[in-house]
Amino acid sequence: MDAYGLLLLILFIALVVGLTPLVGGYMARLFEGQPLLLSRLLGPVERGLYRLAGVDPGREQHWSAYAGAFLIFHLAGVLLLYGLQRLQGFLPLNPADMAAVPSDLAFNTAVSFVTNTNWQNYGGESSMSYLVQMVGFTVQNFLSSAAGIAAAAAVIRGFARRESGTVGNFYVDLVRITLYLLLPICFVGALLLVWLGVPQNFDAYTEATTLEGVRQIIAQGPVASQMMIKHLGTNGGGFFNANAAHPFENPSALVNLIHMVCIFLLGAGLTNTFGRMVKDQRQGWALLAAMGLLFIAGAFISIWAEAQGNPALTQLGLQNMGNMEGKEARFGIVASALFAAITTATSCGAVIAMHDSFTPLGGLIPLINMSLGEVVIGGVGSGLYGMIVFVLIALFIAGLMVGRTPEYLGKKIEAREMKLAVIAILATPIAVLGAGAVAMILPIAQASIAAPGPHGLSEVLYAFLSAGNNNGSAFGGLSGNTPFFNTAMALSMLIGRFAFVIPVLAIAGAMAAKKSAPPSAGTFPTHGMLFIGILVGVVLVVGGLTYFPVLALGPIVEHLALSSGTLF
Amino acid sequence: MIKELRPVLVILLVLTALTGLAYPFAVTGAAQALFPRQAAGSLIEKNGRVIGSELLGQSFAQPGYFWGRPSATAEAPYNASASGGSNLAPSAKSLADSVAERVMAFRKANPGETGPVPADLVTASASGLDPHISPAAAEAQVKRVAASRRVALLELHNLVGAMTEGRVFGLLGEPVVNVLKLNLALDEKWPIKK
Repeated sequence: MDAYGLLLLILFIALVVGLTPLVGGYMARLFEGQPLLLSRLLGPVERGLYRLAGVDPGREQHWSAYAGAFLIFHLAGVLLLYGLQRLQGFLPLNPADMAAVPSDLAFNTAVSFVTNTNWQNYGGESSMSYLVQMVGFTVQNFLSSAAGIAAAAAVIRGFARRESGTVGNFYVDLVRITLYLLLPICFVGALLLVWLGVPQNFDAYTEATTLEGVRQIIAQGPVASQMMIKHLGTNGGGFFNANAAHPFENPSALVNLIHMVCIFLLGAGLTNTFGRMVKDQRQGWALLAAMGLLFIAGAFISIWAEAQGNPALTQLGLQNMGNMEGKEARFGIVASALFAAITTATSCGAVIAMHDSFTPLGGLIPLINMSLGEVVIGGVGSGLYGMIVFVLIALFIAGLMVGRTPEYLGKKIEAREMKLAVIAILATPIAVLGAGAVAMILPIAQASIAAPGPHGLSEVLYAFLSAGNNNGSAFGGLSGNTPFFNTAMALSMLIGRFAFVIPVLAIAGAMAAKKSAPPSAGTFPTHGMLFIGILVGVVLVVGGLTYFPVLALGPIVEHLALSSGTLF
Repeated sequence: MIKELRPVLVILLVLTALTGLAYPFAVTGAAQALFPRQAAGSLIEKNGRVIGSELLGQSFAQPGYFWGRPSATAEAPYNASASGGSNLAPSAKSLADSVAERVMAFRKANPGETGPVPADLVTASASGLDPHISPAAAEAQVKRVAASRRVALLELHNLVGAMTEGRVFGLLGEPVVNVLKLNLALDEKWPIKK
C-alpha cells in the first residue's frame, strides 16, 4: 500500500473514532428519553403521532411484546413494499413508464429492503419508478435501520437495568430514532451531497447527443436523498444498478469519504452508547477495539491483494496499476478495496467496485467479513447486539477455563442465555450453508452461475452469505433474478434477521430481570486487552471454522489456480 | 389484534409520508434552489443542446478524440440508463481474452506507443460510465490525437497536463483526466475540419 493509501486509512479511522463519542452520547440521550436539541421543533410531531397511533409513550414493553411489535411492523412493511412494486404502473411519479414488477422479484425485493439487506436483483434505473424508489425503498432504508437501532436500544437497556420487567417501547424507539437521529442527519447530508455533485430531481430521463453524435439517455432521479440514508443506515441498495460506483451516486473521492464515514458512523457510535448506558464507557471502547482490529486486518489484506493486480492480465503487456477491472479511475485500487472492507464489515452492501472481479484474495475478505456474522461494526443496531452475543460466548468459554460462572457487567450468564446465544449464532450459518448447498445441486440454480470453475462456487456462497447476514452486496455475475434465487434468498434474509433478533431480545429480557452483583476479585474484567483478544479469537474461530471448508474450495482454490496460470 | 394493528399501521403510514415524501421533496426543493446545476445532473450544453453530463463518460471511437475506458453496460457501451460492470471473474478466460483483444486494438490505433499499456484503458470500469482515465492513459493517446488533428505534440501534452485533476485536497482518490471535458477543450482549440 502506498503512502496515500495509508493516509486514507488513518484519516478514515480518525474521523470514525472522533465522531463515535459525539454520536454515541447523542444516541444515549435519545434512548433514555431525554430532551434533545430538536425536541422543541419535532416534539409536537412526535406527541401527535403517539396520540394518533394510540401509543402511550410512558408505557414500556416486556421483551416479548417488544419482539412482537418488531415482527408485525416488519410484516406490514413487506406487504406495503410488495404492493407498491406490483402496482407501480398505475401509480404516479413514474415518468419512465415502468411496468409492474414480477411477483417473485417483488417478494425478494420487499423482504430485502425490510430486513435491511437491500440485495438487488433488479436494475434501479431500468425497473423501478421514482415513487417506488422513494415511498418504497427510501422509506424502508429509514425504517429497517431505525428498527435495528431500536432492537439494539432494547438490548442495551437489558444490560443497563436491574430487576426490570421491561426493555423499552418499540414504537417510541422507532419514532424517536427516525425523527431525531436519521432524518436530521440525512437532510443536511443530502444537501451536502448535492453541492458536491449528486443529482436530486424528478426529471424524466435526459436525452443527450454526445460529441460523436450518439444518443445517450441519462437516467436521473432523487439520488442524493436516497444516498444519505442508504449509507447511514447500512442499507446499501443503490439508486442505480452500478450502485455507488455510478458517478451520480458517488462523483468524487471526497463524496466517497463521506459515504464511508456515514457507513461506520452509527454502528461505531452505538458501542459508545452501550458504554455510557451501562455506566462504563470503557466497555464500549473495548467492543469498538475488537471490531477495529478485525476491520483493519481485513482492509490491509484486501488493499494489498488488489494492488498486486491480476497475473493473467499483467502478462498481456499492461502497466501494473493493480487490478482495475470493475474499478473506477477516480477511486483507484486503495479506496475501492477499502470500501469493500468497510461495506462488508458493516452489513451495508453498497459497492464502488465490482467485487466479482476482485482478485481471489481481494474477494476473500468481503466473504470472510460477512461470514463473521456482520459483527465488525455490523449493520446499524444488529452489529452491536451481534457482537454482544459473541461477548457472551467468549465469556462462557473463559468461564469454563477457570471454572467460574461467567458474568458480564455484574450479571450472571446462565444456561438459558447461553442456549439463546447459540441459537442466534447457528441460525445464520444454517440458512447460508443449507440454502447454498441446495443451490449447488439444483440444475435450475446452477444455470444462474456466470463463472466456470471455483469462482462459480464463490458466487453462490457470496449470494447466500450476503442474504443470510443481511449485507446485500453481490458477486454480480450471478443471475439472481430467477424464481429459485428470489425465493431462497428471501427466506435466508428472513432467517438471518429474525432468528437472530428474537433470541437476542429474549436474552435482553432475561438480563434486565437479573440482579447485578458488584465486581469481585474473581471477576474477569471486560475492558482490557486480554478480553479484547479473546473476543477477537472467538469471532474468528466461530466464523472461521464454520465457513473455512467452503472458502477453501472457492476463493482459495481459485487463487492457487490463477497463480499457476490456470484460467477457467 | 385490532388494538395491536393500530400503532403499526398508523406509524408505518405517517413515517412513510415523512421519510418517503416530505424528506425527498424537501431535499429536492432546497437542492434545486441552492445548487440547481448539480441537482439536475451537472449537464453540459453546447449550442442549446444537452451533450452529456460532466460526471458521466461517453463513448469515443474517432481517432481525433481521447478515448475513455471500456464499458460493459447493457446493449451499448456507456448506456447511461443501464449502468454496470462486466462482473467477469479474475480467473475467467473470457476476461483475459477480451483484455488481450483490447491491447491489440490499442496497439493498432496507437502505433507510436510501444510500452506497457495503461491498465485502465483496457479494463472495464465498475459503472460502465467512468468519466475519467488516468493521466498515463491520456498521455498514451497524445500521439494519435495529435496526428489526427495536426497539432504539435507539445501543445497537446500541455493541454493534458492542464486538464489533469489532482487528488482531492492533495490526498484523496487518484489523479485523473475527465475525458469529455478534455475532448470539449480539444474541439474548442483545434476544431476538426469537416
